[in-house]
Amino acid sequence: MKFNIPIGPQHPALKEPISIRLTVEGEVIQDADLRLGYNHRGVEKLAEEKSWIQNIYLTERICGICSHSHSTCFVQGAEKLLEIEPPRRGLYLRYLVSELERIHSHLLWLGVAGHEAGFDTFFMYTWRDREVVMDLLEMISGNRVHYAINTLGGVRRDLDEDLRKKILEGLVVLKKRSEYYFKIGASEPTFVGRLAGVGRLTLQQAKDFCAVGPMARASGLARDIRKDDPYAFYNEVEFDVATADTCDVLGRTVVRIKELFESYKICEQILRKLPDGPVAVKAPRKAKPNEVVSRYEAPRGENIHYIISNGTEKPERLKVRAPTLANYPATIEILKHGFIADIPLIFAAIDPCICCAERSVEMIDARSGEERTLRFSDLRRMANERRRTLPLQRNVAWPF
Amino acid sequence: MAVLNTILYLVVFPGLLFLFVYSTFVEWFDRKVYARLQNRMGPTHTGKSGVLQPIADFVKLMAKEDIVPDLADKKLFSALPVIGLAVVITAGLLLPVWNIDLAAPGPISFPGDLIVILYLLSLPTLILFLAGWSSTNAFSIIGGTRVLTMLFGYEVPLFLAVLSPALLAGSWRLAEIAAFYRAHPLLILVNIIGFGVALIAVQAKLERTPFDIPHAETEIVGGTFTEYSGKKLAFFRLMADIEMVVAAGLLATVFLGGFGGGFLSAFAQFIVKTLFVVFLLAVLRAVTGRVRVDQVVSFAWKWLAPLAVLQLLIVILIKGFVL
Repeated sequence: MKFNIPIGPQHPALKEPISIRLTVEGEVIQDADLRLGYNHRGVEKLAEEKSWIQNIYLTERICGICSHSHSTCFVQGAEKLLEIEPPRRGLYLRYLVSELERIHSHLLWLGVAGHEAGFDTFFMYTWRDREVVMDLLEMISGNRVHYAINTLGGVRRDLDEDLRKKILEGLVVLKKRSEYYFKIGASEPTFVGRLAGVGRLTLQQAKDFCAVGPMARASGLARDIRKDDPYAFYNEVEFDVATADTCDVLGRTVVRIKELFESYKICEQILRKLPDGPVAVKAPRKAKPNEVVSRYEAPRGENIHYIISNGTEKPERLKVRAPTLANYPATIEILKHGFIADIPLIFAAIDPCICCAERSVEMIDARSGEERTLRFSDLRRMANERRRTLPLQRNVAWPF
Repeated sequence: MAVLNTILYLVVFPGLLFLFVYSTFVEWFDRKVYARLQNRMGPTHTGKSGVLQPIADFVKLMAKEDIVPDLADKKLFSALPVIGLAVVITAGLLLPVWNIDLAAPGPISFPGDLIVILYLLSLPTLILFLAGWSSTNAFSIIGGTRVLTMLFGYEVPLFLAVLSPALLAGSWRLAEIAAFYRAHPLLILVNIIGFGVALIAVQAKLERTPFDIPHAETEIVGGTFTEYSGKKLAFFRLMADIEMVVAAGLLATVFLGGFGGGFLSAFAQFIVKTLFVVFLLAVLRAVTGRVRVDQVVSFAWKWLAPLAVLQLLIVILIKGFVL
């Protein structure tokens, strides 16, 4: 028997609104379809109204988990447009926070994966230990979620010797705990049984669908901006790109745990080599007309900000391509012919950040294939027309 | 006096009143153990250490709005929680707790009550399936079919595992099985494999992690219970709690020597032994993740059923050569 089940816009497996519509036959998924647009906030338009410095705090709010990724990506680009170079110490501190954020994001993801697989004990443990890194971030920046440590030309807070020691101590604790998770993740039979072989994405598929981040790396595609196109000082630090060749959700879990260890390594190197000097330089208010593409390896994959400046103190255009968006096509493909029980796992395995990915409205006419981008006023006019012409309906079913 | 005892047996212990109070206590115990294993606090607020929390949950649910879907079969949908509760309470009465005369079988203890209690414990599964099916919700229907699919996996191993101690004791009457093992405590060790199998099968019957597949919230929202709310949901939850007590009591009777002596002694043994079983179930819940429904069936037939048969074989050999 075939029937449709809606996953979302509201569903316990989803932390943010998105709609996946599935056609299932028994327990097997026959077809999947993704609808976006439940979390569109107009951030890009808002960015055009704000000054360079204000935009740092706006981009930080694109996402609640990888907030530092977006602000760093923006600041990297903006610094090029403003033609300034942050001092070494500033850079080191910026990317120290960036690596600590990766650690917190991956620990968070491990917990979510545990929860989606019905392994709540794992969830409770990882989130308890995530507090360690959250506390470190709070000590460094004063905040737990939106660190607000970036500024144009460096960072806003310095680090003293005492704090440096505390971070190193925290890293020791985290390392020990991560080893334990690696053991659990690779050996607990129900957990491994649920993850192994689920959501297979072959190397060729990963290339075809342009998968990014841990999703691509779990398929054996060693794609990491920190190695491929190193920004800041990443060509000076030693680390490996964690990959796996199992191409499934287990691989994505393993990649993330391995990346935790790489991040600990990077953090230790940063703290050991931390140069002296100022943490920021003064930035000009206006940027010459120019354009820049800023790439950054966020915890979820490659984050791209495209910025145009027009000689004023505001950007002409800011385009954000979050890693989640890049992973949607591959996700839809691997959902097909899977089990219903695997939906939350497959979907969670891309570590979806829906609010990151919601950018603009583009209408594609299903009959002619014609594409057009609509303004809000057009949409409102169309909606009103539709409401006037439609007969009143009662007991409306889900519109498949 | 016998009449009074029977009335006490039906209404107070182990009847309605006791089953209600004790099942909420067991739920609290289970939640607390589960929480402590996860490095959490568990219920703390209501009563001492949160011991009244399950009762508070029950009362709160009873007061909530009760919604019946328009398309659902209304009579069936409303009757199922009550039938389910009645079935598990009846099963609870068959536990040989006290006031059992081994020489004279009565309405609460008779040869074959082992089969009756297993049958009564199977009914809630069918009731959950019907509940899912009659709600006419996509998630409920999937939940309902998952309930039935799992049934094919764990039911046979459970029956085999529970029947082997009965074979060794040479009786199909719970009270006699328990009395046999109280007389020969060492023979309890013979059934240790069967106890493990029965424990896992009971975990599946109670739909707890790793077998909480019919109501896996991250996959199919509430599963079977998606459309249930208010009083009906409260009844279903109470049914699940009492089912846990009865299942733990059954395992304690068959595998752990039952509950001997007078009222007080039987009462104390009942509490200690059922809590021990529930503790094992809670640990099992904490250390595992949810498996897939096809994995349950293959696991049950690949491991549980052969192990149960092995247990049966051991029992037959021991009965033939040693006893």
